[in-house]
Amino acid sequence: MKTIRIGTGAGFSGDRVEPAVDLAQHGDIDYLVFECLAERTIALAQQAKMRDPDAGFDPLLERRMRAVLPVCHEKSIRVISNMGAANPVAAARHTVAIARELGLTGLRVAAVLGDDVLDILSPDEFHITETAATLRDFKKQVVSANAYLGAGGIVDALAAGADVILTGRAADPAMFLAPQIFEFDWKMDDWTLLGRGTLVGHLLECGGQITGGYFADPGLKDVPDLARLGFPIAEVSADGNAVITKLEGSGGCVTAATCKEQLLYEVHDPKKYIQPDVVADFSGVRIEEIGPDRVAISGGDGSPRTGSLKVSIGYIDSCIGEGQISYAGPGAVARGQLALDILDQRLALAGIDYEEKRGELIGVNSIVTNADMAGVPPNEVRLRFVVRTDDLASAARIGEEVESLYLNGPAGGGGVTKTAREIVAIVSGLLPEHHVQTRFEMMEA
Amino acid sequence: MLLRDIAHSRTGDKGNISNVSVIAFDPKDWDVLVRQVTAERVRAHFGAMITGRVERYELPQISALNFVMHDALAGGVTRSLALDPHGKCLSSLILTLDIDMSAA
Repeated sequence: MKTIRIGTGAGFSGDRVEPAVDLAQHGDIDYLVFECLAERTIALAQQAKMRDPDAGFDPLLERRMRAVLPVCHEKSIRVISNMGAANPVAAARHTVAIARELGLTGLRVAAVLGDDVLDILSPDEFHITETAATLRDFKKQVVSANAYLGAGGIVDALAAGADVILTGRAADPAMFLAPQIFEFDWKMDDWTLLGRGTLVGHLLECGGQITGGYFADPGLKDVPDLARLGFPIAEVSADGNAVITKLEGSGGCVTAATCKEQLLYEVHDPKKYIQPDVVADFSGVRIEEIGPDRVAISGGDGSPRTGSLKVSIGYIDSCIGEGQISYAGPGAVARGQLALDILDQRLALAGIDYEEKRGELIGVNSIVTNADMAGVPPNEVRLRFVVRTDDLASAARIGEEVESLYLNGPAGGGGVTKTAREIVAIVSGLLPEHHVQTRFEMMEA
Repeated sequence: MLLRDIAHSRTGDKGNISNVSVIAFDPKDWDVLVRQVTAERVRAHFGAMITGRVERYELPQISALNFVMHDALAGGVTRSLALDPHGKCLSSLILTLDIDMSAA
């Protein structure tokens, strides 16, 4: 049975660069997929594009492309990534320019388009899930609307001979599903195969999170050499079953346990992992260690797609002001608590309008807010005071109030930091898939 | 003993919903998980940290439970005021549940 080897080049926008180069050089892979687009990132990228029409793609695109394109070109490894963010065409142009500079003549780069649906959403028909109201009734400044595209546009670009494919918003697993559909000629209504291909994509999409990253717990779950963590490779068969592995000699480990944790990561009902191309079913997945750092994955399934695409709406939400200060030694918790009480009073006395606030002591109750779970008092605490405001000027006053604790607050406060920022937040909704036209633009170096 | 002694966990986030897996190190402890790590106990364990309902899904073939906790992330990662807006730390906290192996 034909098999292909797909490697993960990045599991998030800021991920390490070298593991992708190692995979390209030594992993005998056919595809290298970089997942670099978080939910909010595309809204921020859209704002960058509004300021500069040539901007709005991933800031690390240049570094990653320079690092992997020469070896990928030499070994005929095809690259797929959502580093196009809000501007896949500009990202593709930039990639072509890099390829020319590196002498990679003939490299074909495709930009997949169609995810930007800001102009086609109907204000009266599009409903926002979180508010259960229409887009028109959503009284916020919307800055972006992007549909999660399926694998189709990427498959078309592969069929047209693209060596590098850059998308905007695409469902993360779809970037891994696409080469499987293309190589194995899977039908777009073979739900079992699409479900299995989605499973492979889901397992690979977070990079090192399946090879021992985000897993170590010394004494209980030891992982070797995390500083040189190897990224995953899936050896996929035409029936959609796969073996997850990594480069020999790289750090980390691939075990049944690392695969199980990743299988359920960001999953709700395991029978219904809703994707643009299929509703994948992970409920019967089997995970079996078949060798050192080799785990066989089988039993994935699927049912027909819903016919709707999830749309992420980016909007200007609010401003957040924050200040922090530390207290140490005997009485640290009491002094921190006194400082929090003072800050609460200062909000009222200084007349700072706010929507929501949160005061806490890091080391005591910033994460563990349920008092029943409280532990022993620490020898040092860090006060964190964070407030949501309408405007940036009010947000900036929060840090100033925390800073004022130096001369006006409890004894021994030190190390003030302060920030104020505008928040672009995300809500979502569903769009019938026939409203979205996916296409690609091809360029050549 | 603590759940941490027999199981491991990872948290994921989608909007204002957190999911937390609980996976037995050894399949022989699966029955203990099913009987003792119930949605009700998990809901009570987190107390006010979660304001919505908790659902449990069972994956016996990999000895894993998946808890879906609603309204658990202070509005979700893009607007939350929380220090850990993703709720990543919830996985370590669920493992502090008490487990009674003699009752297994």
